[in-house]
Amino acid sequence: MAFIDQLQSLSWGSIARGIQQKNNSDVMRALSHAGAGSLDDLMALLSPAAEQHLEEMARISQELTLKRFGKTINLYIPLYLSNACINSCVYCGFNHHNRLRRSILTPAETEQEARQIQNMGFGHLLLVTGEHPRKAGFEYLREALRQVREMFSLVSMEVQPMEEEEYRILSREGLNTVYVYQETYRKDHYGRYHPGGPKADFRYRLKTPERLGKAGVHKVGLGVLLGLEDWRTDFFFTGAHLRYLQKHFWRTNYSVSFPRLRPFAGSYQPNFPVSDRQLVQLITALRIFDENVEMALSTRESPHFRDHAFPLGITSMSAGSSTQPGGYSNEAKNLEQFEVADHRSPAEIVSTLEKQGYEAVWKNWDKALQ
Amino acid sequence: MLKLSDRTFQSRLFTGTGKFSSNQVMSQAIRASGSQLVTVALKRIDLQQQDDDMLSHLDIPGLSLLPNTSGVRNAEEAVFAARMAREALGTNMIKVEIHPDPRYLLADGEETLKATGELAKDGFIVLPYIQADPVLCKKLEEAGSAAVMPLGSPIGSNKGLQTRDFIRIIIEQSKVPVVVDAGIGAPSQAAEAMEMGADAVLVNTAIAVSDDPVSMARAFSKAVEAGRMAYEAGMGATSGRASATSPLTSFLDS
Repeated sequence: MAFIDQLQSLSWGSIARGIQQKNNSDVMRALSHAGAGSLDDLMALLSPAAEQHLEEMARISQELTLKRFGKTINLYIPLYLSNACINSCVYCGFNHHNRLRRSILTPAETEQEARQIQNMGFGHLLLVTGEHPRKAGFEYLREALRQVREMFSLVSMEVQPMEEEEYRILSREGLNTVYVYQETYRKDHYGRYHPGGPKADFRYRLKTPERLGKAGVHKVGLGVLLGLEDWRTDFFFTGAHLRYLQKHFWRTNYSVSFPRLRPFAGSYQPNFPVSDRQLVQLITALRIFDENVEMALSTRESPHFRDHAFPLGITSMSAGSSTQPGGYSNEAKNLEQFEVADHRSPAEIVSTLEKQGYEAVWKNWDKALQ
Repeated sequence: MLKLSDRTFQSRLFTGTGKFSSNQVMSQAIRASGSQLVTVALKRIDLQQQDDDMLSHLDIPGLSLLPNTSGVRNAEEAVFAARMAREALGTNMIKVEIHPDPRYLLADGEETLKATGELAKDGFIVLPYIQADPVLCKKLEEAGSAAVMPLGSPIGSNKGLQTRDFIRIIIEQSKVPVVVDAGIGAPSQAAEAMEMGADAVLVNTAIAVSDDPVSMARAFSKAVEAGRMAYEAGMGATSGRASATSPLTSFLDS
């Protein structure tokens, strides 16, 4: 059974109500299962009743994370190849209705950006594009991968969903990880945020991690865009999706990210804003639910939040990010995909990690491994 | 003295390099442990770079490197990684770690056996990381492994010798050294493995994640020595039963 069929048997409303109804003893039980919880435990950890246990959740989450991942944080950096996009996602700077200068890096420009990044010391590279199958489709990405593959120990992508066979080819040619965020698991509201373009197809997007699993891609990144819908319920579904994938594609490694919409002036306003306290609840709830899953926190978050929240469960962080094509080689400002909140240089991030007794890991894979 | 193929070791505590807060702390802890064999993941080191920071911190007198293949998913990839390690690091020792399951990092016995056979034929000193499976251990021995490395409990779990009964059988049957790897979370657990007759233990997480890795490394060193000494001295048999006041066989003497 595909996950989408499983999803149909779970009603959004009843899960949301179930989470609201969890009480103190449900939370205590979930905490006693720390590291290997059930989906029912996850509901309790995401519930309002868990809020008064936040300090304990943070403590347990930190312990579990230290045990599994030690005092290390993997560093990565995004390389935006293209901001051309035929989607019209209402929350995104790349929305094709937005008037901005679109650019798609040429091989020479990609090379230049990659060299800049390499000089900063990064071994882990994330290639990012908007969705434009004609101008930046599979062949374009394949070529970009070929170009950067030898320069980095690990290459990942956050691009449009592709076919199983395409993933198989990219994986063979050195692609390690693919991030494909569902944005929201609330099917009947998904269309409100994704009114046009291929991304409007909820089903195709939801089935992407399964295609990735079948294609043998090493790691798959999941996540929802926090702020679109009730985060508690959306995260329950993220957990359910994770469990489904772990059972069906047990050779695949998984990572969860926490992109959060912030209520900035002039940008898209979240319907369900997620506070710092609530984001910590999410991070620690997920860790207590699953002690082995990787978790990433990007530069969307402020230095203050990142410095305090990373030891509570996070395993990888971006640093020194630019979210526009060509952003590392020149200063010209296009509209960014989202507002970067942590502008510190990689060196500053490394020294902050060091001060807290953590080692920044620049290389945790090898191009010889595939 | 512990012998692995043609190599000898005074210390029976093997250590790891992962999860430390810095390479400096790692280096100090390994020195304090007295360990002479340290495992290092190929994926963490830069083989192209002459001055890899982790490797330069492992340049400790008397310490040998045991590269491991962590990250590979099958025998073919493991063999490839081992040859790469031999060329880059100039050692023919290899810890074969094949865990296609990235979640619990449990070993694939079938692929490990295949890789061990191939690498042993190619002149490697092979130390395979495996489940505490006595039959697999015998097969690995036949395939030419220099030691076997059964797990005490899942990697990084600090749960100690959950596989105690199987480790006991492995020790009893093995012709090659038995190194208990993974899951040892406290010096007392390391001592227990040594008292049972394990030839060595490999400890990483418990040292790296401790608040004071240097002191913890020293504690493990002492525990391993104490456990070995007790094993060599001959442990007293334990008995769960009290002796009866009127023996059942006393009638035979009357």
